[in-house]
Order: sequence, then C-alpha cells, then structure tokens
Amino acid sequence: MSSESLHEPYELLSPETRDMHRALVSLMEELDAVDWYRQRAEACGDDELRAVLEHNRDEEIEHAMMLLEWIRRHSPKLAGEARTYLFGEGPITELEHVATRGGASGEARRAGADGSLGIGSLRQMGDARPSE
Amino acid sequence: MDLLKRNLAPIVEEAWALIDDEARSVLTERLAARKLVDFDGPHGWGLAAVNTGRVELLDAQPVPDVHIGLRRVLPLVELRTPIRLELMELDTIGRGGVDPNLLSVTRAAERMASAEDAAVFNGYGPERITGILEASPHEPRRVREVTDLPRAIIDGTEVLRQAGVTGPYAVALGPRMYDELLAASPEGYPLVKQVERQIVEGPVVRADPLEGGVVMSVRGGDYRLTVGQDHSVGYAHRDAHTVELYLTESFTFRVLEPKAAIGLTRA
Repeated sequence: MSSESLHEPYELLSPETRDMHRALVSLMEELDAVDWYRQRAEACGDDELRAVLEHNRDEEIEHAMMLLEWIRRHSPKLAGEARTYLFGEGPITELEHVATRGGASGEARRAGADGSLGIGSLRQMGDARPSE
Repeated sequence: MDLLKRNLAPIVEEAWALIDDEARSVLTERLAARKLVDFDGPHGWGLAAVNTGRVELLDAQPVPDVHIGLRRVLPLVELRTPIRLELMELDTIGRGGVDPNLLSVTRAAERMASAEDAAVFNGYGPERITGILEASPHEPRRVREVTDLPRAIIDGTEVLRQAGVTGPYAVALGPRMYDELLAASPEGYPLVKQVERQIVEGPVVRADPLEGGVVMSVRGGDYRLTVGQDHSVGYAHRDAHTVELYLTESFTFRVLEPKAAIGLTRA
C-alpha cells in the first residue's frame, strides 16, 4: 500500500480516488517539510547550514506546487476555486463576494474574480494545456 | 472602482445575474476558436502586448558604435460592443420576473464571438493579427458538395501529416457548410458523426466568420490566443428610459506553426 492513511477500504476506492489521495498526502508532506525547514533555518546558528536549509525549503515549495498543479488538473472544483482566489489583487476575503455577486445561479458563481464572465478556454480535449 | 463601472449602473443584482448568464451562455456556444486553440490568460487589463522575442534594428545611431534595437511586440486589441436595455424591462426582474427581454445581450455576445473568431481564422491585417487561414501555406481543398467533405477532410489531414503536423485534428466550418453537414445523412448515418468519429478525432465546430472551413491540428503548441481582460459586461451610461452597457474583451492571437492548418473552400 502506498499510504497508511486511507480512511476507507482500499478495494472500495476507485483508481482516481487512490491517485488523488496519493497526491494530497504528498502535498501535505511537502508543506510539512516547508514548515520544518523554515523553522530550522530560522533557529540555526550556522550560516552555511542555514543556507542549505533555506535551499531545501525552497525545493519543497517547488515540489508542493507541482503536486498542486496535478491536483488542479484532476479536480474541476479545485480548478474553479483556484480561478476565483489565486493571482488576484485586493482583499482576499472580498474575492468570494466579487465572484458570487452575480446572484444565485451556478453559472454566475463561476464568474471570474476580475469582473469577467469567466469564459476562459473552451477546449474539451485531453490536452489541458495550462494557462501561462 | 474598476474599469467596468458596474457599481454605477441602475441595475439590481438579480438583473446583473441574468445579463451575465445570457452573455456567458451565448459566448460559450458561439466562440469557436477557443474550442480549438491554446488559451493563454486571462491576464487582466494590465496586459498591453505579447513579447515576440524579435528586435528591429534602427538606423539612428546617436553615439558611434552603439546600435539601437526596438523590441517588436504584438499589441492586444480591445473589442467593445454596446448593449441597450430598457430600464422598465430590467425592473421587472427586481419584481420577480424571470423572462426579461435580453435580446440586445444575445446580439452583443454573438457579435463579440464573431469578432474574436474573425481575428483567429481570418486575421485583422498585417502588423496586427495574422489569422490561421492566411498563414497557412497549403493550397485549400475544394468542396463541391457536402458529401465531398469527408474526402476533403481526409485529404487535408494527409497534407498536414506530410508537413510533419501530427493530430489529433479538428474541423471548423462556416455556417452554410456546417448546417449542410449537420443535415446530411447519406445511407442513414449522420455525416457529421462519420467525420467526428472516423476521420478527425477532434470536434467539428461552427465558426460564423468562415466562408468555407479549416482542418487543423489541435495537438497544442501551434496557435495561441492570449487574453488580457476576458469577456466582461460593463456600464457605459443611461438616460431616462434606457441603460447602455457594453461587452468587452482584450486579446491577441499568434500563429506559431503556420503549417498546422489547411483551408476548405467551396468549389
């Protein structure tokens, strides 16, 4: 078993859910490592060791983002929320209001946080080339 | 306040929701190029141009042995089309009405979809946007009747293959050719299904600005639509009886591999 942290019997879970579990657990581990390295670097008395720890911390951040991107590509809901909350400007807590101010319809909720209609790419094919 | 000035419009939130829904629904159905090309963005109003990596050397040389190169960039175009709505009609939404007349929104969204697709397929002229068809070096395949389409599309994909352009391939057709294809079912089997399932693997889409059609690769990396501000509804002004909104977007389009498409023309 790739992970001991499954909450349901392995045979009851689809291959997609197992892979998503692997990705989510890996992401948690990478973020844990970022936290640990940051604390160790800050507390460390040796400049050279601190530099190594900071380098390692930044490597873990890179790993975490690669995992997050994989999860985004396999979770439409997460991708939608990312579109609303990431890379915006202004107060974060107001982004939800901006995204939902169109009213109660589900379509309106998917509007972009930039005030746009949130059309984006309409490609349905396997190539989910990410926005650059 | 943002550029769209929506908070200044005398429009209740429920009406904004219906206006946005109508525009989104029409655009999602009508926009053809976005179903086929790579999408880059949205980057917001702040993006003014796309880097081409090229430099134009100037003759001016104010200091000996110092050469001046001007960076070549592709500026984004901004589209804007008006939406005129009756204030009385919009107020019915505030009273619980669910069937307001939003034809002006529908028409505006149709115009925007056509304008964006026209840029991608036909271009906006040199130094602005080069379209897929004008960039293609391949001789267009001629189609005499709708039943010729499968053969022409197969020929087209073969031309692309010979040019080193791999699939999957997709087809965009102008309204007339698309409608004829949709209606045709020789020997009882819909021709459009034959094209989609047996020939191209990719979608067959309707693109209003096309006279004929285009067969193109959708493998990615050949065509890129860069969007600054994605389609948005903004507020312009009002008078006693009407409010004028507008639909807007900013974008540009680049052909990265001209050989990745071939035209279809009516013989």
